Amino acid sequence: PRSAMGRAMGLAGLLLGLLLVPAVLLSTSLGRGDPPPEPELGLGLGLGEGPLAAAAAEDSLWPLPQSLRTSRRQLQLAPDRFQLVHGAGSSAGPGCGILQDAFRRYYEYIFGQSRWRSPGRRWPSLRRELSQLQVVIAAPEPGCDSYPRLASSEAYYLTIAEPVAVLKADEVWGALRGLETFSQLVHEDDYGSFLVNESVIYDFPRFAHRGILLDTSRHYLPLKSILTNLDAMAFNKFNVLHWHIVDDQSFPYQSMYFPELSNKGAYSYNHIYTPTDVRLVIEYARLRGIRVIPEFDTPGHTQSWGKGQKDLLTPCYNGEQPSGSFGPINPIWNSTYDFMTKFFKEISSVFPDAYIHLGGDEVSFDCWKSNPDVKDFMKEQGFGIDYAKLESYYIQKILDIVSSYNKGYMVWQEVFDNKAQLKPDTVVEVWMANNYAHELSSVTQAGFTAILAAPWYLDYISYGQDWKKYYSVEPCNFPGSEKQKKLLIGGEACLWGEFVDATNLTPRLWPRASAVGERLWSSSNVTDLQDAYKRLSNHRCRML
Amino acid sequence: AESKQPWRKPCTELSVLVSTPGCDGFPSLNSNESYKLHISRDSLLLYADAVWGALRGLETFSQLVGRDEDGTYYVNETEIVDSPRFPHRGLLLDTSRHYLPLKAILQTLDVMAYNKLNVFHWHIVDDPSFPYESFTFPELSKQGAFNAMTHVYTASDVQAVIEYARLRGIRVIAEFDTPGHTQSWGPGAPDLLTPCYLGKDPSGTYGPINPILKSTYQFVTSLFQEVGAVFPDYFLHLGGDEVDFTCWKSNPQIRAFMEEMGFGDDYTKLESFYIQRLLDIVSSLGKGYMVWQEVFDNRVKVRPDTIIHVWKNSPPYKEEMANVTKAGYRALLSAPWYLNRISYGQDWMAAYQVEPLDFTGAPEQKALVIGGEACMWGEYVDVTNLAPRLW
Repeated sequence: PRSAMGRAMGLAGLLLGLLLVPAVLLSTSLGRGDPPPEPELGLGLGLGEGPLAAAAAEDSLWPLPQSLRTSRRQLQLAPDRFQLVHGAGSSAGPGCGILQDAFRRYYEYIFGQSRWRSPGRRWPSLRRELSQLQVVIAAPEPGCDSYPRLASSEAYYLTIAEPVAVLKADEVWGALRGLETFSQLVHEDDYGSFLVNESVIYDFPRFAHRGILLDTSRHYLPLKSILTNLDAMAFNKFNVLHWHIVDDQSFPYQSMYFPELSNKGAYSYNHIYTPTDVRLVIEYARLRGIRVIPEFDTPGHTQSWGKGQKDLLTPCYNGEQPSGSFGPINPIWNSTYDFMTKFFKEISSVFPDAYIHLGGDEVSFDCWKSNPDVKDFMKEQGFGIDYAKLESYYIQKILDIVSSYNKGYMVWQEVFDNKAQLKPDTVVEVWMANNYAHELSSVTQAGFTAILAAPWYLDYISYGQDWKKYYSVEPCNFPGSEKQKKLLIGGEACLWGEFVDATNLTPRLWPRASAVGERLWSSSNVTDLQDAYKRLSNHRCRML
Repeated sequence: AESKQPWRKPCTELSVLVSTPGCDGFPSLNSNESYKLHISRDSLLLYADAVWGALRGLETFSQLVGRDEDGTYYVNETEIVDSPRFPHRGLLLDTSRHYLPLKAILQTLDVMAYNKLNVFHWHIVDDPSFPYESFTFPELSKQGAFNAMTHVYTASDVQAVIEYARLRGIRVIAEFDTPGHTQSWGPGAPDLLTPCYLGKDPSGTYGPINPILKSTYQFVTSLFQEVGAVFPDYFLHLGGDEVDFTCWKSNPQIRAFMEEMGFGDDYTKLESFYIQRLLDIVSSLGKGYMVWQEVFDNRVKVRPDTIIHVWKNSPPYKEEMANVTKAGYRALLSAPWYLNRISYGQDWMAAYQVEPLDFTGAPEQKALVIGGEACMWGEYVDVTNLAPRLW
């Protein structure tokens, strides 16, 4: 009976009323999907049924879709009958793990973990019933068994009309986004009935890279809190987990080739991520359309590496004698590059994303300057006293190693600022708050893609409604041509871990990061703080 | 591994000796919290004058017990003589801006005990909501709570808090803040709040408690009779902060009253008029009271045993502490300890470095500082973030 509907697209004909949520129109900039076909008018849907949807549901949409049209007509959902299914003509079917998992997850989000039993007695319905949401994936390769990529399509087209709603997307990633939106539209009335307003939504993200940075070195984060965070990210349509996994303080990543790194470098044996843990994070993320980009930050931020890997870090000197302390990775020894070659071979195979973040920030030159061998090397290479050249020499070699494994790389802005030779598809992450607009101009003018983190360091807490400040950032406000602006592919909300662990991660990150989520997904003209407040407070309660 | 330290002796008991009985009473401002802890190879002894000291000593003992790499519990030979520098060491929770479920309050009391805090200042109602279920005026929470079924403290909830606190040597001081901060009282108590006027007509909004009606004082008497009976501590906190005069000024009956009373244009006199009567009512119920500093600043006549709660940073709180104690009143310090005002980094240091007696005054003045309170106002705090924000 369900497939008798024919082409799912043909159904949608419900433009009965137009309630354009303030300032939401089809965006023409940086769209990631095809423009929607004209909806066909269906039968018996009573044209002229009056505008002004009174439904509360749009009061809780987050992030706001690119195009949203709702009507006052409500449909009822019966929890014991309603189904999320694959629609006819979809290139995905019951074998599609991502969608099967999503159907179950979203059913639970919508109806709660249920006491609902399968169809038994049927009460006559007083309202029109929505019996299904059919998901139709259009692309021949739906993506069910693959990993999300920067270029993945996350666009979706959702039409909600009696008797079935249809969610059409190019790839499964768009279906995931559409399911989240659908779940935000279903609401309960005063009597506990599940209702949804007839609507048409066409949606796609403004920016392709919408990330959250978690720091598991300053404080270890148990697996559970990472997974909870991935759930929260999915509620807000974030699609990148930038996993800043190791740093000075601790090395929790259990390496197969170099087990001593975590044996000696982790806070304790209880504070590590085993290969199984890592795989779990990657898969949990994949099922939510989230890329996992690991960051192994070098040559600075590597104190913990030295515990388990002798002769990796530069020994600092006090005059003629080693002082006993160590600095950044030693760039002058071949063994360093042998190590990195092997290490990044592992990383490249463990993490499936096309990109690895290589760090490159805040390299302190004091230790290098104190080391006589390094000083000799500087002379040999003709670097003079410009240690940025030594830094670039090192970075270059790492970049080459990583490229040889067919990975692209992301780097912090210093790598660009210090003029290392970067591959054209390098992504430069702009994090320094001072005059970041200028930095965005420079990076994009040089032809590199950029992502913005500088105004979104959420670890910098302050009293009051600071979400407004994050929401009000306009990433493209930097001097540059249209071509340059297209090189800004997104941004990241960063929660550095100096003062964050599992006891306070969730309330500190959310819902403040939601503000960043909407800024990166929704159209640039969605800026009204009052409307945002209304939707965000509802969204926050739902997330809880 | 075998014990490598032959002198280690297994300890079997900690003896607790309390000289003054009082297991069934409530802690008070005058409670004796001192204790002595004697840990030696022959005996483990905890001496205290009162049970309250024993509680403090048990906490300390629990902090001394360590565990070595083999998992063995041990304690070092120790002599401790301890007593609190200040008798009033409080924590304020605000259950009006956001409701806090009972469990969160009880958990907070546990952590207070770990930190030897001994006063729970329960800022239970305010403008946004009225969660306190009153048996005298049930409409107050029915109409004033965020949700009258779920976001209320029943009589048994309140008793649970008081008893849970008592078992930890913590006093519960309830604050029913008036005449300002009372928006939520209005729906359940018609004619309690002052109707504001726009010109000649009521505007539809309401201001602070109406100080000119007899019914106000009847209401206040009955309410505080109940509150005074429900909360066993000698002190009640009566609030008295941030009274906005705009609404009073707009109301013609009030303006007429001001003239009658010869208050001129000075609405602090009207505020004092109300507060005075409130204080008299509460004293006649046999209770002492704490008030926010405005009551003192506005020169209300208060009883000598009133405790003034210093919370403002302008004028500088050190000046206020000096003035309050110079006038002979006891002072409680909160101004530098508004923990709801979060900021990045190790802000605990700023709180730690406050020296409560660092103000200009004679030793007799300094003796009037009975302690302080850390405040966790609830505008941005609910059960999802209370614990990590507070501790």
